[in-house]
This record gives sequence, structure tokens and C-alpha cells, in this order.
Amino acid sequence: MASSAPVEVKEPDFLEVTDLARPWKVLVWNDPINLMSYVTFVLQKLFGYSKPKAHKLMMDVHTKGRAVVSSGPREKAELDVFRLHEHGLWATMEQDS
Amino acid sequence: MFWRSSPGHYAVDLGPEERALLRELPLQLRQAFSADREGSNFRRLFPPAYHDDQKAEEGYRALVGKELEESKGAALETLSRTADASELTDEEMSAWLRALNDIRLWLGTLLDVSEDETTDDPDDPPHILYHVLTALQSLVIDVLAEDL
Repeated sequence: MASSAPVEVKEPDFLEVTDLARPWKVLVWNDPINLMSYVTFVLQKLFGYSKPKAHKLMMDVHTKGRAVVSSGPREKAELDVFRLHEHGLWATMEQDS
Repeated sequence: MFWRSSPGHYAVDLGPEERALLRELPLQLRQAFSADREGSNFRRLFPPAYHDDQKAEEGYRALVGKELEESKGAALETLSRTADASELTDEEMSAWLRALNDIRLWLGTLLDVSEDETTDDPDDPPHILYHVLTALQSLVIDVLAEDL
């Protein structure tokens, strides 16, 4: 029976793996131009949120300065930011810490 | 001034002065940002996706910057082209909403509109124009929100 030579197992790059696994969050920031009713409407339309949920997120933006409106893998977050920018909302994305 | 007239269509009842604004302003904005998209007056139309990562921001711009500009340009073009229409399709009404919002983002940036604008409200012509557009956009939001 042939014995195979020991194979050197490469340690996974732990930091890189966890970095990729960390989800991204999409934030909407408060601004003085976008109407409250418009922000609520856009969140309902783009994300399918109920009116109460969209209204609560909008109020968070208005009173706390920002709110996380969606999260997920980087590609999804980037698409969400694009759609929010298309609608003129002040959206950014960052990785969960 | 806007109401659902039939499935897939909205009726529009506006005065000639409002319609003239809706014909001209979108073209002015599109022309202005096409000439200088990085201009500070357009920072609210094309905000950064990444706060503190310039490399990622450059990647985002390279990936979707052109598409974003075209999307906004198309909505503005639709608003201008249909400014005199008495009836709009669902798609045109949605374009009106986005175009009106972008025009307000532009004007509001030029006017340096602040959060307490309603309590301390100058009545010079540009501010009046801004508020006319705000009122129009509110009506469009109301009618579209009914159909969500």
C-alpha cells in the first residue's frame, strides 16, 4: 500500500475570509432637500418595505441623521446604492465592523 | 392636478407657466451637468458611495457613473418632452418624479437650502421657483404613493 507524501495544507487566510464574510450595510443620510414623503416613497418602492417600516426608517434618517436601509454582500449593496442615487437619495455603503 | 385616469395612465392638469418651467428646467440641468458633472452644484445628484475609501469610490464611478448620468438624463428628457401632455404613462410619471427631485437637488444646492427653510423663507424668485417645484413634486408623490 502506497503511502502518500504528506501534503502541506495551506492555512486559510483567516482575516481575508472573515473580511469577505462581513456584510455591507447601505446607509441613507439626512439632507434638507429631499422631502420626507419622497424618502418614504422611495424606500417602499425600491425595497418593498411596508409604509410603517419605510416611515420609521425615514424618521431615523431625519432625527438621527442616518439609517441603515439594507444590507448584504458587496454587489447587492452597491446595486442598492446605485438605485438610491438614481432616485437622488444621499446613500453610502460601508462594511459592518 | 394629477390623478389616475385609466390603468397605466395618469391625467395631468397644469397651467401654462408651470408647463413652461417643466419644459425648460430639465434641459438646463441636463446641459449643465453634462458639461461638468464633477461641478460642486451637482454633488447632490452624484454623491459618493464610499465615505472614506477613494479607491473603492473610483471603482464605483467607473462601474456605474455613466449609467447613473444617463438614467438621470433620460428622466429629465422625458419630463421636458412630456411637459405639455394631458396624460402620462406610469413610466413617464415615475420619470417626472425623479426629474423633479433632481431639479430640486440642483436648485436647493444653488440656493443653499437648509433644514429650517420653511420657517425662515426668503421670497426672492429662485426660492419661489424652488417651492413651486416642491409643491408639484409633493402632488406627484401623493398620486404615485396611492398605487404602491
